[in-house]
Amino acid sequence: MLEINNLTVEIGGRRILKGVDLNVEAGYTNVLFGPNGAGKSALLMTLMGFSGYNVVEGEIIFKGEDITHMSVYERAQMGMGIMTQRPPNMSGVKLYDLLNVISKDMKDTEALAETIDMVRFYDRDVNVGFSGGEIKRSELLQLSAQNPDFLLLDEPESGVDLVSIEQLGKTINGLLQKDCKCAGDRCKHGKSALVITHTGQVLDYIEADRGYILCNGTVMCSGNPREMLTEIKEQGYEECIKCKLMKI
Amino acid sequence: MQADEDMRKKAEAALKKNAAYGEDFDLNEYGLASEEEERADDLEELSEEDQRTLLNVGFTPSEDNRSGSFLMLNNAVTHSSLRDDDVVELMSLRDAMKVHDWVKDYSWKLVEPDKDKYTAMSYLQDANGYFIRAPAGKKSKMPVQTCLLIGSKQVSQTVHNIVIVEEGAELDVITGCSTKHGIEKGLHLGISEMYVKKGATLNFTMIHNWGEEIGVRPRTVVHVEEGGTYISNYVTLKPVKSVQAYPTVILDGKGAFARLNTIAVAHPGSELDLGSKVVFNAEDTKAELISRTITTGGKAIARGEMIGNANNAKGHLECHGLVLGGGMQRAIPILEANVEDIELSHEAAVGRIAREQIEYLMARGLTEEDAVGMIVRGFLDVGIQGIPDELKADIDATIAKIGENAI
Repeated sequence: MLEINNLTVEIGGRRILKGVDLNVEAGYTNVLFGPNGAGKSALLMTLMGFSGYNVVEGEIIFKGEDITHMSVYERAQMGMGIMTQRPPNMSGVKLYDLLNVISKDMKDTEALAETIDMVRFYDRDVNVGFSGGEIKRSELLQLSAQNPDFLLLDEPESGVDLVSIEQLGKTINGLLQKDCKCAGDRCKHGKSALVITHTGQVLDYIEADRGYILCNGTVMCSGNPREMLTEIKEQGYEECIKCKLMKI
Repeated sequence: MQADEDMRKKAEAALKKNAAYGEDFDLNEYGLASEEEERADDLEELSEEDQRTLLNVGFTPSEDNRSGSFLMLNNAVTHSSLRDDDVVELMSLRDAMKVHDWVKDYSWKLVEPDKDKYTAMSYLQDANGYFIRAPAGKKSKMPVQTCLLIGSKQVSQTVHNIVIVEEGAELDVITGCSTKHGIEKGLHLGISEMYVKKGATLNFTMIHNWGEEIGVRPRTVVHVEEGGTYISNYVTLKPVKSVQAYPTVILDGKGAFARLNTIAVAHPGSELDLGSKVVFNAEDTKAELISRTITTGGKAIARGEMIGNANNAKGHLECHGLVLGGGMQRAIPILEANVEDIELSHEAAVGRIAREQIEYLMARGLTEEDAVGMIVRGFLDVGIQGIPDELKADIDATIAKIGENAI
């Protein structure tokens, strides 16, 4: 589904990602760990094609096509969707109107909107005055209307209260069609995702297949996400920085 | 009589007095617009082209969902009809002067005849216009519609309107200003004096759709009494040579409220100098001034002014300007507090659409063009109620064109 080779990215002349190699197979959900400032969000933003993230080396292959220099729109059309950490305030753009445009009136998002208590936000300007948790729910609702094949999720659980986190985790799981237990079937019909998580809480609800650790703009390690999370919780990222041996 | 004579002399002296803002127009370059009446009793019998001109400024020739209609062509009243004469009174100002001897007490009381050459000219011509009155306690379910049309080349149209909303009454007015097809050069001078009495509400929506060589100089003052509400929406999205307006609202009674929304697009060659002023003269008065302007190559100046003269007055001013494909944006907020217990604030921003916003929508699958269109539509949407579908469609088409041209 996604193949990142030797990706080097600069923001304002500063090198943020250095030679990143990473894969997400069809139907897989991979997780990205790493300390603050490691470049995790920058990687997701680069994958979506946002301006300001300049690829100076390497390539991004999505569904077999080189998308390294494609526009944000083209990537979205190919089936990529993103939930960013701090989406911009969209003054005047009503959530309801945006949902209709995104779903091209094809997909009914009403049921989900009710489940995650977003109907009352329909007439509100997108993200304007939304709390952290409201932003996450609004982003999820938009992603559900968009229905992409590949989801980039930047800390979906941050800012969400403990009660809502279960709802949110389940919704993401539904979006990823992870209820489909057959691995073979999931490869064919399921969605893929690359998820950034600090706390790992979201992993209680979604089945993660592979974990990556990003430090100082470089992938340090990859492996079983649950084991990695336990390791990080016990030893922090210091070990990874020292280790570097496991680099794929 | 002596007072009238004094005022006439002052006005004559003011004929050479340039306005404080905006390009100066030489009144001698324009002929006086005709006062010859061409009655149009059935508006649906007007030519299709004329009907479209009316629709594009929110005036429906079928008069559906309207409590009254008033049409002025050049300086002559061509249509005045009322469906709901229990709740609203509508006629020409000259007729109103004949019907009610007290109307003179409302004439030239808020706008000074010698303010500038344009007010002086209108005064000296004894300009006619519409007179709308909502009697005490009456609430019309449907708006009154009026249209001021320039139908001859190189003329100056002078208009004098008076609106009175009596105690506890509610009135909605939609007024459109336009030129007949093919009219390029002209001047529109419009005096409006509006009175919102105790506990009354006036919703006033004005849509301008002038031509590329038309100069527009409205002069409006609104007086709001205790507990009264004045809501104004001003929309001008089409090319025009120059509009300079600075409507002033005087909040003169406890708890009076005003909200003025301005939505404007300055096309190449257009100069829009649009201000709004609120004077807080009584306790607990509140006001919001919201200006959303776009330049696609023209000049847009947004002036907002709040003068606080009474305790516990609250006001907020918002001037947002987008530059899409060149032009000039200037935001000039003025806040003045003359007492201690007052809260006036402003927020001004000019510039282009944030790239981040466009890409946010593109990441959801919108093309860049659609993304800009959606942001522009949202930017200009201040929630104006009651505009006809034809006008909405025209506004959408204009916005879509702005979106296309912005990329």
